[in-house]
Amino acid sequence: MNQRPISPHVFADGADPYLLGGKHRSTGRLVFPLPGDAANYEPCRLPSSGKLWSYTIQRFRPKTPPYIGPEAFEPFALGYVELPNALIVESRLTDVDFDKLQIGMPMKLIIVPFCTAADGATLTTYAFKPI
Amino acid sequence: MSGIYIVGIGIHPFGRTDGKSGMDQGEFAVRAALADCNLEWQDMQFAFGGSDSSGNADTLVTKLGLTGLPFVNVKNGCATGGSSLWGCYSSIASGQFDLGLAMGFDKHPRGAFDPRPKDWGLPEWYGETGMMLTTQFFATKIRRYMDLHGITPMTLARVANKAFRNGVHAEHAWRRTPVDLETIRNAPMVSDPLNKFMFCSPAEGGVALVLASEKKARELGRTQVRIASVATRTRPPGSFEVFAPSLDIKRGQSSTNIASRAAFEMAGIGPKDIDVAQLQDTESGAEIMHMAENGFCADGEQEAWIAEGRTEITGALPVNTDGGCLACGEPIGASGLRQVYENVVQLRGSGGGRQVPDSPRTAYSHVYGAPGVSAVVILER
Repeated sequence: MNQRPISPHVFADGADPYLLGGKHRSTGRLVFPLPGDAANYEPCRLPSSGKLWSYTIQRFRPKTPPYIGPEAFEPFALGYVELPNALIVESRLTDVDFDKLQIGMPMKLIIVPFCTAADGATLTTYAFKPI
Repeated sequence: MSGIYIVGIGIHPFGRTDGKSGMDQGEFAVRAALADCNLEWQDMQFAFGGSDSSGNADTLVTKLGLTGLPFVNVKNGCATGGSSLWGCYSSIASGQFDLGLAMGFDKHPRGAFDPRPKDWGLPEWYGETGMMLTTQFFATKIRRYMDLHGITPMTLARVANKAFRNGVHAEHAWRRTPVDLETIRNAPMVSDPLNKFMFCSPAEGGVALVLASEKKARELGRTQVRIASVATRTRPPGSFEVFAPSLDIKRGQSSTNIASRAAFEMAGIGPKDIDVAQLQDTESGAEIMHMAENGFCADGEQEAWIAEGRTEITGALPVNTDGGCLACGEPIGASGLRQVYENVVQLRGSGGGRQVPDSPRTAYSHVYGAPGVSAVVILER
């Protein structure tokens, strides 16, 4: 299938996907996404599961630009997931009924199709789903 | 240091004024502020002003008069007005000037703000995937706060209901029709748990304030409202702000916490001494959280405070007496100055149907915006 990540250096796809964070070379502070500044940040693999920290439902289609999702809009969930001993990351939430979302619920990372690019390729992004 | 006074105030009504640019609304506010203190543009020794999306404030000299005064443009997100006031205050405090102007205006298109990722140092994919909306930040922040501190959806609705009731009595407010609790509670969600009555809308408007040194204020016979303190702060480590793809697990304080503390310290008073407060209410939950972040109550106490009516105009701490951002809308460059304008009205006792009873002596205002900027102003009579 013709597909590629919406942007390189955000996540690693495959059987065991993960988000790519950055670790500050002198302070050790973690950030996501990995900053372009390689002199100061060393790439690091973030944990692929964690607990839901907060959430909301996006009920209207975000303005384009910058949004490039499908014209036909379906409300989606998004929130923050706390990855143990690492970071709290913002993410789309998937495979969950909106009314079942609950702070503290265990979630894991998956890579999902997001939209179709001008060249016909499917662009993928990351999301978290309940375990 | 001797005192600095607000001697003149002017406002262009907020909301939608078709056919009138943001800049024109700013000019209107400046003329109104000058008229309020019987001064002329030629009397102004300097000015600070700004807008987020309606152009450069200093070009107003074309219309107001080419007096050669220094005019500093401020562009500081939602804190633009607060920063203009801070600049104006500091210029007089330095002793260089006796009389100056702080002003702000804006006119935004309908619908949510549409920021571009690169303006905020963020990658394009963050906006492309639909995660770069201010509404999402406020929704996720209040969602977690509600869970941790026992705030219910009813309390969110009560805040919106109060805003529209207060707006009825404010000539400069945009939404001046009361909306009953049931209608608010049953409205469609925008970003859960916040629905369409619980978010403010980008809008239009302009505000101007004339500030004077103590010497000048005495000369003018206008020493009624003194600025007790002004503090603006950017975000400290571990805060939760708009447009954050990741957060530190070790949570910290907010820009509001530190701006508030600095302002109280400078004024030499505490939250219990405040008679009326205007707190950033981008949405219902923000007013609730900002009550605690500014030190007025402990986390969770808002549930009882609001149910008991303590933040009503007749309550112990009236909050957002002109309906706040919920009733006035949010023209970014003018919004923080509107709060100060409203506080001057309250301290002068000219609030009419929305006047806080028993002649308030102290008034507090707090503005907050992306990417984590807060400005607090305390006024005294």
